[in-house]
Amino acid sequence: MAAILPMRTAAEMALIERYHAEKATLPGAAEARAAAFERFEKAGLPSKRVESWHYTDLRNLLREAPPVAGETSALGALEFDDLPHRLVIANGRLVDGKVSAGVEMLPLAVALKAGRAALGVAMGEAIDSVVDLNTALCREGLFLKVTGDATLHLAFAEYVEDRRSVMPRIIVEVAPGVSFTLIESHTGPNGVAYQKNAVVELLIGEGAKVEHIRLNAGGDKALMLSTLAAKIGTEAELSSLNFTTGGEISRHQSFITYAGENAKLRLNGATILKGRQHADNTLVVDHAVPHGESRELFRSVIDGEAQGVFQGKIIVRPHAQKTDGQMASNALLLSDEAAMSNKPELEIFADDVVCAHGATCGALDDSQLFYLMARGLPRVEAEALLVEAFIDEALEAVTHDGVREALAARVSDWMRARKES
Amino acid sequence: MLEIKNLHVEIDGKKILNGLTLTVKAGEVAAIMGPNGSGKSTLSYVIAGKEDYEITEGEILLNGQSVLEMEPNERAAAGLFLAFQYPLEIPGVATMTFLKAAMNAQRKARGEEELTPGDFMKRVREAAAKLGINPDMLKRPLNVGFSGGEKKRMEILQMSLLDPSFCILDETDSGLDIDALRIVAEGVNALRGPSRGMLVITHYQRLLDHIVPDTVHVMAKGRIVKSGGKELALELEKNGYADYVEAA
Repeated sequence: MAAILPMRTAAEMALIERYHAEKATLPGAAEARAAAFERFEKAGLPSKRVESWHYTDLRNLLREAPPVAGETSALGALEFDDLPHRLVIANGRLVDGKVSAGVEMLPLAVALKAGRAALGVAMGEAIDSVVDLNTALCREGLFLKVTGDATLHLAFAEYVEDRRSVMPRIIVEVAPGVSFTLIESHTGPNGVAYQKNAVVELLIGEGAKVEHIRLNAGGDKALMLSTLAAKIGTEAELSSLNFTTGGEISRHQSFITYAGENAKLRLNGATILKGRQHADNTLVVDHAVPHGESRELFRSVIDGEAQGVFQGKIIVRPHAQKTDGQMASNALLLSDEAAMSNKPELEIFADDVVCAHGATCGALDDSQLFYLMARGLPRVEAEALLVEAFIDEALEAVTHDGVREALAARVSDWMRARKES
Repeated sequence: MLEIKNLHVEIDGKKILNGLTLTVKAGEVAAIMGPNGSGKSTLSYVIAGKEDYEITEGEILLNGQSVLEMEPNERAAAGLFLAFQYPLEIPGVATMTFLKAAMNAQRKARGEEELTPGDFMKRVREAAAKLGINPDMLKRPLNVGFSGGEKKRMEILQMSLLDPSFCILDETDSGLDIDALRIVAEGVNALRGPSRGMLVITHYQRLLDHIVPDTVHVMAKGRIVKSGGKELALELEKNGYADYVEAA
């Protein structure tokens, strides 16, 4: 009897071939890579039939697997220019920058080969095809060990003129008691259909405080996939904000696991979309231990024919008593063709918990607009004021004034550009 | 100053205003009194330019110019101000940010320079002090969590800062205790002047003890059914609206 082979897309075949061709030269972590590849080979790219990918049919969207982007020395303008410590990662490769005294940095390949770092340890029980793909194939990236208070900006910039792919992997270990701010910015050229699959793993030690801010300002034809996998230790705190304005198709996934008691999480999202953009924020917050607290606030403003997706799942394991979780996703639709899909989920197996979720979707409030206009504000200014205030609430999580103001300025520029078009 | 001629207004096919005619001259304070449902608030919204209303007939002129085709912000820039019965809460927008945006938008529409930050602060501080508004309130999001009295004071603060030529006060006394009423009325009286007209819409006579009108108009079933001097308000307080509603 002949074996039944699954129908493979051209992209799936190219990715499978790439793994076989490169297997022998991939740096370190051979077992983790083989296991991830095996899962990927079996499942393929996730289609809309996979529940967690229902609203972002990657199998259909990722039609080909373009070659890996080459080295570049071109350096253009970067985001958050005033932050003192910055690493520039161009086409996935570290090309410039410095870290402060409390941060040790190794290239990913070196750390993996030396056994200093492993792939997938922050993923908890989550399994995801896009992460598997990165695990199987990643070459470029960094291992950062943070032992003193620090702020670091990772400026990911793509300099590609043609369809290319990048798959960076960043592994960050934050020592107990340390305060660390990690800012990621992602930029790239407009008009180029490049693909990105970036994974950041964060291991947060006991009592450490981590603030993470991610800006997706990718090119307007880019396919931007990104994952934050974090494991939060006892009494540790994580605050993470994902700000999406770029990319044609983007999906940001957060997999957060509580590894110790009394840990706190604040997970926020700010998304502004126009034209035919599609952006998906998917998160799984896994309360695996008691006394965890989580707050999620996602705000989306959607114009044109753009589509927003929010999928948030809070899992409370049977023994994770006294868990306190609150999740909200609110969307403002600025046009009749704009769309938002909200899917909040609670999976609660413990009986002494406080968990709530809410999702709203609507247009700007006519009464508020009339009130502002009756005071002399032209309609476009009144709308901008309301939209900026709406997004601002999600940005409140950012404690760095300069970064928060730069993100807020992006919202007002976006509204101004909308008026002019 | 403000001329309303034979105004007919519908909302969702229901007639609210039925041929309302009213003139308020510069320097005049006119009061409109009427029972609930007589169309008083609709009148104020229609003058200020709220959507949702269909004007089937008639005209509204401000200083001889028709306002019906103007957006609400254009009417504001032309000198019109409506103090809302229920001022809107605007979460996330600091009161100061809003005041500055509103003042500068009107100045820009009139071709004037924007205010310098120093000049702006000085004007706001002075006007707020006169109305007994705590400076802390100005840092909070506009009207969010304000008491009824604070919201009404904030309306009068905006009115004095925006310096309109014609003011409409829609049920400004509702929700105010007697002390707050006095402060608000003093704020309004300070803005009376020979070049400014006012239309004071109220259900009760008590506001008119503090803001004494030049003329009083009784509104019933969407039109003015009787006009007179300030003594008409006292007569209404004594005898009620029933006779007028029946006759209308």
